[in-house]
Amino acid sequence: MDLKLQKIIPQLITVLVVVLVFGFFTYNAQINMENRGIDFGYGFLSQESSFDVQFSLIEYDGSHSYFRAYLVGLLNTILVSVIGIIIATILGVIVGVARLSPNYLINQFAAFYVEFFRNIPLLLQIFFWYFAALRALPLPQDADAMLGVFFLTIKGLYVPAFIWENLNVFLYSIIAAIISIVVIRIHARKVQETQGKQLPVFWISVGLIFILPLLSFLIGGVSLSFEIPKLKQLATTSFKYEGGISLPPELIALTLSLALYTATFIAECVRAGIQGVGKGQKEAAASIGLNPNQVLKLVVMPQALRIIIPPTTNQYLNLTKNSSLAAAIAYPDLVLVFAGTALMQTGKAIEIVSITMLTYLSLSISISILMNWYNKKIAIKEK
Amino acid sequence: MSKINFLKPDKDNLTTFLYMGSFLFVISVIDVFLNSFFSLNITGFLPASLSFIIPIILGFIGLYFIRIEHSGYKFLDQVNKNINTSNFNAILSLLIIFIIIKSIPPILSWFVVDASFAGDSKDVCSGTGACWTYIKVWFRRFMYGMYPNAEQWRINLSFIALALLGSVGYFATEKFKKYLTLYYVVIYPFIAFLFIFFFISGGPIFFDFSYGIIAAVISIIIGFFIPSKFKFYYFIFVPITLYIALKYFIFYEELIELGKLDGLNWVETGAWGGLSLTFIISFFCLIFCFPIGMAFALGRRSDFPLIRYISIGFIEFWRGVPLITVLFMSAVMFPMFLPADFFIDKLVRCIIAISLFEAAYVAEVIRGGLQALPRGQYEAAKSLGMGYWRMHIFVILPQALKLVIPGIANTFLALVKDTPLIFVVGLLEIVGMLNLAKTNPEWLGFAMEGYVFAAIIFWIICYAMSKYSYNLEQKYKTER
Repeated sequence: MDLKLQKIIPQLITVLVVVLVFGFFTYNAQINMENRGIDFGYGFLSQESSFDVQFSLIEYDGSHSYFRAYLVGLLNTILVSVIGIIIATILGVIVGVARLSPNYLINQFAAFYVEFFRNIPLLLQIFFWYFAALRALPLPQDADAMLGVFFLTIKGLYVPAFIWENLNVFLYSIIAAIISIVVIRIHARKVQETQGKQLPVFWISVGLIFILPLLSFLIGGVSLSFEIPKLKQLATTSFKYEGGISLPPELIALTLSLALYTATFIAECVRAGIQGVGKGQKEAAASIGLNPNQVLKLVVMPQALRIIIPPTTNQYLNLTKNSSLAAAIAYPDLVLVFAGTALMQTGKAIEIVSITMLTYLSLSISISILMNWYNKKIAIKEK
Repeated sequence: MSKINFLKPDKDNLTTFLYMGSFLFVISVIDVFLNSFFSLNITGFLPASLSFIIPIILGFIGLYFIRIEHSGYKFLDQVNKNINTSNFNAILSLLIIFIIIKSIPPILSWFVVDASFAGDSKDVCSGTGACWTYIKVWFRRFMYGMYPNAEQWRINLSFIALALLGSVGYFATEKFKKYLTLYYVVIYPFIAFLFIFFFISGGPIFFDFSYGIIAAVISIIIGFFIPSKFKFYYFIFVPITLYIALKYFIFYEELIELGKLDGLNWVETGAWGGLSLTFIISFFCLIFCFPIGMAFALGRRSDFPLIRYISIGFIEFWRGVPLITVLFMSAVMFPMFLPADFFIDKLVRCIIAISLFEAAYVAEVIRGGLQALPRGQYEAAKSLGMGYWRMHIFVILPQALKLVIPGIANTFLALVKDTPLIFVVGLLEIVGMLNLAKTNPEWLGFAMEGYVFAAIIFWIICYAMSKYSYNLEQKYKTER
């Protein structure tokens, strides 16, 4: 009896406090909204938004709804996060491996990079790239072409656009290539397990992924041409590029700084992971006759990945959340478009902030579920 | 002398290869050096594209020649081992050496040689280098924000006093060492708050504080008579209730009159800014987020399911959202949740928001430490008859916190690096002040200098913190 009470009372008190605090907040919110004549509800999402967004992946203008504006912001956030994650991973792995290099100069260079970029606030880096570094770029009319087709100017990066014909055939060929690679891998594993032979899976895969799409060009009627951006004069001193794809400087500054910043953390994860694999493992692998490549592929990497993945997932999440700093340089991400402009226009503070937070929350949770699944898949299977 | 095979450097012709290799390597370095420091190009007679890569080719051949194992020369062996193990490494080493040589002159000239330091107007900044005059002129703004110039001694004095009081731990004798935790956890933050509130802010003396002190004294006295089982809950609720009761129902009018004894000019928090604000915010968030985080870490490992779920919900919520939306919430949504006549200062709201946010991260770090402790520690403490609080305070937490020093330091670093985000609510610490100064029509075009200046300051702070945490980690490392 006494024990039971001892267990229940603290819980009851805690719950009571939480309920009281929430009740207090809701009560006040109701009174405040009544006083100011605001009504609570999500109906505004279908209303016409009547504001424009600079950069959008889907068709959008002022006549679309607030929900559409929300989607525009969300897609922009996802775009920055995905590009940032890809660059940060590549850079982070290179730097992480470089930090373990026996070459003194290389590992010091990598260490310098890590210490330098991770000790400066991300916001400061974004400002630096956007307001200082990218502002030093040439005006559109003075820009030199890089490789003849890229134009890096103060107004953004202009790259050629792809113009596809029969794009679907091309995509089918890629899907076919991926499926056949998976089949071959399964077959190769079976062969290895039953006969102990190793098939050259890697080279077959590389071949397939090039040859099948190439065939689609030759036989399937796929054709690809480029639309190269061209300089156009609007007024005597105003120039602009037309055609191609233009990436706004906000996007460039944001992805660059996010990638450079997050790569330092990923590099540390990679370093810790590779160092975490015992020396004995490598020596044992070498002593049973595996060559250095096989040691890396079959022994070191599977074990290192197990250490690397959980913290790296955290870094991916951080990058996604940090992409909200976009609001500081007016890149139209979720926070700027929705929690900024839309909130100012509708005044629906509670609804909009809660939707924004929920969105980030579900983005984070879905990434972490995905990574947990992967992590479980590669974890040691104890019998 | 035996036959020389130039494709295969060997030990027999060591001196020949050594001389040739070093010569080629030195030539390549000299070429790049002259090129970058004096704009001379000794290979200028060659076609442009060849002249560009000639140092790499020469250096590569040079390094190839001197790559001789067990040569007997200690220095050569060191070089080979460290930068010249294979062809690939040799090229990378060369590239890095060349990049360093190439990048020194432009950086040096921008920072020092062509930079302008003198004067106090924009006119002196006509050169190609940095304009440090800009930083000099705006220095007070970057450090103190809009805080009135005549009053800035108050900030300096407070910070010096707090730094001195904070360093007490180094000078404490053995006798006082056991009180240090109490000092740092309770007394020091309290003194710091008094300094900030009365001195930097210039708040009227006695205005608000007396209630708190009276409430604390009364509840501590009564607390002696409370049975120990309920002491924890008693100390959570009673002082706050007492404080509210005193403030709103009992002494209100009388103490307001006493509060008119103000001496210093009131400086509203909106005028605070610059680096000093960065320090103030980081300091208080550091102090608050730690106990909150610890509480939720214990809550997450509690045996009571309801407390556990509430803690998990709290932690996962704050970890799932970006800080910028939390600050948005504190700015636009939080006032809606309070009674209409109840006003909380912007800075205080910011500190609360950042503290709660970082507390969730601290909680996860501490939980890691708690999980890493072997079960035996818990069981041993319990078998000695220790209760929950005694066990955690004397046995579990001291060990767990030692384990997580690096993690906590990382969280605190993240906190310091997150402070610039307060621009969202309109508070301007150093980065915000830079953005303001940058748009001043008299000083357009010096964004670079400002950001470099702030980056150097932040870098020094963060690097020092991470080095300090590393030392702390080494100091408290216990053998297991």
